[in-house]
Amino acid sequence: MDAKERIARRVAQELSDGDVVNLGIGLPTMVSNFIPEDIEITLQSENGMLELGPKPKEGEEDWDLTNAGGQPVTILNGGSYFDSSTSFGIIRGGHVDATVLGSLQVDEKGNIANWIIPGKKVPGMGGAMDLIVGAKKVIIAMTHTAKGTMKILKECSLPFTAVNEVDLIITEMGVMEVTPEGLLLKELAPGVTVQDIQAHTEATLIISDNIKTMN
Amino acid sequence: MRNKHIDYAKSASMIQDGSTIMVGGFMNVGTPIGIIEAMLETDVKDLTIICNDAGYPDVGVGKLIKAGKVKKLIATHIGLNPVAGEKMGDGSLEVVLVPQGTMAEQIRAAGAGLGGVLTPTGIGTMVQEGKDTVNVDGKAYLLEKPLKADVAIILGENVDKKGNTVYSKTTRNFNPLMATAAQTVMVEARNTVEVGAIDPEHIITPHVFVDYIVGGEQ
Repeated sequence: MDAKERIARRVAQELSDGDVVNLGIGLPTMVSNFIPEDIEITLQSENGMLELGPKPKEGEEDWDLTNAGGQPVTILNGGSYFDSSTSFGIIRGGHVDATVLGSLQVDEKGNIANWIIPGKKVPGMGGAMDLIVGAKKVIIAMTHTAKGTMKILKECSLPFTAVNEVDLIITEMGVMEVTPEGLLLKELAPGVTVQDIQAHTEATLIISDNIKTMN
Repeated sequence: MRNKHIDYAKSASMIQDGSTIMVGGFMNVGTPIGIIEAMLETDVKDLTIICNDAGYPDVGVGKLIKAGKVKKLIATHIGLNPVAGEKMGDGSLEVVLVPQGTMAEQIRAAGAGLGGVLTPTGIGTMVQEGKDTVNVDGKAYLLEKPLKADVAIILGENVDKKGNTVYSKTTRNFNPLMATAAQTVMVEARNTVEVGAIDPEHIITPHVFVDYIVGGEQ
């Protein structure tokens, strides 16, 4: 199993029947492939729809029906379209149970930085600031390091996207919960030791008494 | 009934140098491409564009940026338009980045006659810089002021001859909000229909917001 699949698979286990979920572009989008069959979730897309369905078959794309990345999608029965104000009312108003996003950096206080690298890259925040502030649960799904550079830090060095908002960090190495005391390591990927994951994490991990194997 | 229909050339000719233009759409989905193409045929310049994103260099708003017609862009995301990034880097394009939900509410506030909105989004980030915060029942909010424009150009799917508008699927996005927040509102119609052809229950943008209808079958 490659790193991204491992992460997406594990994120899917965090979701419950009936949840309204917003998945970010890239790795988070893969989560929809691993939703357990016995639960039903509603995907929200911030460009203005509920009940996002699977990618259309080749040749059946409708360019009026896209996700927030501008890629063609489908809509399930019971879905709806709305304007950006309603869409972010859903998000900011606490009607989204979970949002899953990637990140450049996360820190032990639950701060997140994923919208700008000053002087280098300025993609912009898009809907991320609202999603992180508004969703009931913020799950960061990302590779543990960026080609060896640490991403899980004592304090983000890049400008914040939001402060004290992250709840859970899921990487290919393990699962960490943001607690008032710091990052609690709850699960380790098969073959990864506490020493390994700590060596790739700047923040000091608190090791759960009941540490489990991630699968 | 006043005839609101104008052609593309006329719509573009009404856009003045230095004016502020709202452009509907999200990654060019719901962007009035026809009016933009007409703008590219004119000498209009020094525009301030308010749009969700910078799109791609060779589509929609991206074309206006590439053509050097835009001096300032207020957007939520420019990451998929490297030309916008370059112009921002060399100083030829001023870019103001705004959280998407905030932009939606700033536009809505302008259109609804409000003095702004209070949002928790951006607290503790660069977005907060230079803005007032307001404490409501122990929670901090940013005061975000209304965002209005001289002209809004939007895309409608079916537009009746009075200007009542419905949109297609996810092309709706910022279009109905922008329709409320500009001095002059032009809807690019994919189809124009007779007054009464759209069920009043289904109209998304009531005709009072629409000044001009551009294109569509007449």
